[in-house]
Amino acid sequence: MVESKDTPDAPCVKMRTRRLKLWYGDKQALAGIDLDVPEHQVTALIGPSGCGKTTFLKCLNRMTDTIEGVTTEGRVTLDEVDIRDRSVDVVQLRARVGMVFQKPNPFPKTVYDNIAYGPRIHGLAANRRELDDIVESSLRRAGLWEEVSGRLGDLATGMSGGQQQRLCIARSIAVAPEVILMDEPCSALDPISTARIEELIDELRANYTIIIVTHNLQQAARVSQMTAFFHLGRLIEVNGTAELFQSPTESMTEDYITGRFG
Amino acid sequence: MTDMAQPMTSIHQSDFSRARLRRRYARERNFKIMSVSALGLTGIFLVILLGSIVLNGWSGFLGTELRLEVTYSDEHIDVENPANGNFRMIILDALRERFPEATERREQRALLGIVSNQGIYDVREALLDNPSLAGGSLELWIPAATEVDMLNKGYVDRSAPEELRLIDDRTIAWVDAFDEAGDLATVFNWTFLVSGDSREPELAGVGGAVLGSFWILLVTFVVSFPTGVGAAVFMEEFAPKRRWVDVIEVNINNLAAVPSIVFGLLGLAVFLNVMHLPRSAPVVGGLTLALMTLPTIIITTRAALKGIPPSIKDAALSIGASPVQVVSHHLLPLAMPRILTGAIIGMARALGESAPLLMVGMVAFVVDLPSGPTDAATALPVQVFLWADSPERGFVEKTSAAIMVLLVFLIAMNGLAVYLRQRFEIRW
Repeated sequence: MVESKDTPDAPCVKMRTRRLKLWYGDKQALAGIDLDVPEHQVTALIGPSGCGKTTFLKCLNRMTDTIEGVTTEGRVTLDEVDIRDRSVDVVQLRARVGMVFQKPNPFPKTVYDNIAYGPRIHGLAANRRELDDIVESSLRRAGLWEEVSGRLGDLATGMSGGQQQRLCIARSIAVAPEVILMDEPCSALDPISTARIEELIDELRANYTIIIVTHNLQQAARVSQMTAFFHLGRLIEVNGTAELFQSPTESMTEDYITGRFG
Repeated sequence: MTDMAQPMTSIHQSDFSRARLRRRYARERNFKIMSVSALGLTGIFLVILLGSIVLNGWSGFLGTELRLEVTYSDEHIDVENPANGNFRMIILDALRERFPEATERREQRALLGIVSNQGIYDVREALLDNPSLAGGSLELWIPAATEVDMLNKGYVDRSAPEELRLIDDRTIAWVDAFDEAGDLATVFNWTFLVSGDSREPELAGVGGAVLGSFWILLVTFVVSFPTGVGAAVFMEEFAPKRRWVDVIEVNINNLAAVPSIVFGLLGLAVFLNVMHLPRSAPVVGGLTLALMTLPTIIITTRAALKGIPPSIKDAALSIGASPVQVVSHHLLPLAMPRILTGAIIGMARALGESAPLLMVGMVAFVVDLPSGPTDAATALPVQVFLWADSPERGFVEKTSAAIMVLLVFLIAMNGLAVYLRQRFEIRW
């Protein structure tokens, strides 16, 4: 990327999809999505259930590869390089594009090992001290350090749901990604935990590009700068969050955000 | 219409409703009675089975010994070469001294028959351990012959007519004389646990069969565990889900149900006739049982891998773990308790298996303890089969005692499987 082109009005595009189509067997789930994801911003994907938001998200780090019977078409670029190209290693891609899932899914290991796992397999730490530093800084960035610093050796699966989800965020931060994909990260959490994660997302924006799928329109309005509205595998409208919520151009978007369907 | 105005609870307090409730209680009571009686029946069968085995077998762990004062007289011992003495005569002299009335050759042979052949070796060993005994005498406890052992354990009916009895009146008198002098003792029969098979029931042991079973299981585990886990991991995680995987799956499930004798025939045809591996050797028995255990291990490993929530795999993939790392760092360690449980249960089944071993020649009469997987050996269930087939009264208790040893190993293995499952399995 050329930094000089970057202006506050037009941030540079981190990820871009062009005519992205996807089929589960014979059933088409994405019907040609063109979306630009700006760097260091939070992009929210909204839309009714089954509209293809999560499927689209999974295309961005090729988690769709692991699903049987999926075929894709079109371009998905990260820093203008097509990630569907043969030359791109999917393991490295996923280190650059991390993911946080709907349900917190910590490994049934200690808090420390959960965070340290990624850096270990990618060789990010030369020794135990560096690994300790990565674990601490990741937990600090995820706002979890104060709560767990005394019990890094405890099983992660014994923590509360909100803590587990922040741990999962810390785990993806630990491998130094550029983009973090979040698939309804707060849907299994209570309002207080949700508020903490929303704050966290806002803080993380400075260092990472975030794409978040959410069913909660208020959440999209609170945390995102860009919002894309999906319906039945199509991208209906994408705009700055404020513009999209205040003056949607498409009538379908307006119906959805005003609660007339969805 | 007025009915509709009644409060809704009334329908649940009507006679009809009360009758329904009574029927439901009756049905629940009947179901409970049926379940408890089914469990009780199982328990009764188990008690009968174990009870008859233990009642028949406990005395197999005991042996009878006679105290003899043996004299290493110069006429029977070569002082230059003590190993070459006539130890049979030494024992006979000791017996004759006790019972001087036995003068005839036939009587003397009968007299010698009350001690086990092992006595000759015991007398010889005692001299070799301490050559200074030559010319002197020594008190020794010597194993009694199986007939005397049977008499001592009460398996001989003294009131039966002599000609129908295992042991004649004269011998009974000799044994009673030993007993009255306090020179007859019932002791724990270590020989039974440590030695190999023998033609003499009092000298026969399960040690050889236990060792044989150990070598067989070792070969079975080493061959079938890595192969089975590897095959299951490939089928579950790496193989494209195409039709041929389904075909293989059907075949594996089928193999798990194939009678074990068929695996024995396969082992005979392939390992003995084509590969010319040693006959009667644990390596062949182990390979044959490995073929039999393989489907079980594959099936349990696949089930264990399926039991791990996909979210763990997603989590590992999403931070950039390669497929091999996902398997080796997450799926296999998490599935291992259940895989091991399945493997141990498969091994326990292999331990109890006799039919395939008969086909690869492990039914031989083996006296020596096998010191490795290529030595001729037999296995515990085959030993049970061999002894059950023997006509001597002494082998009846040995058969049941060998079954008890087998059951102890089976209980230990199945207990270990339960322990592993309870201790290490992660619940989601």
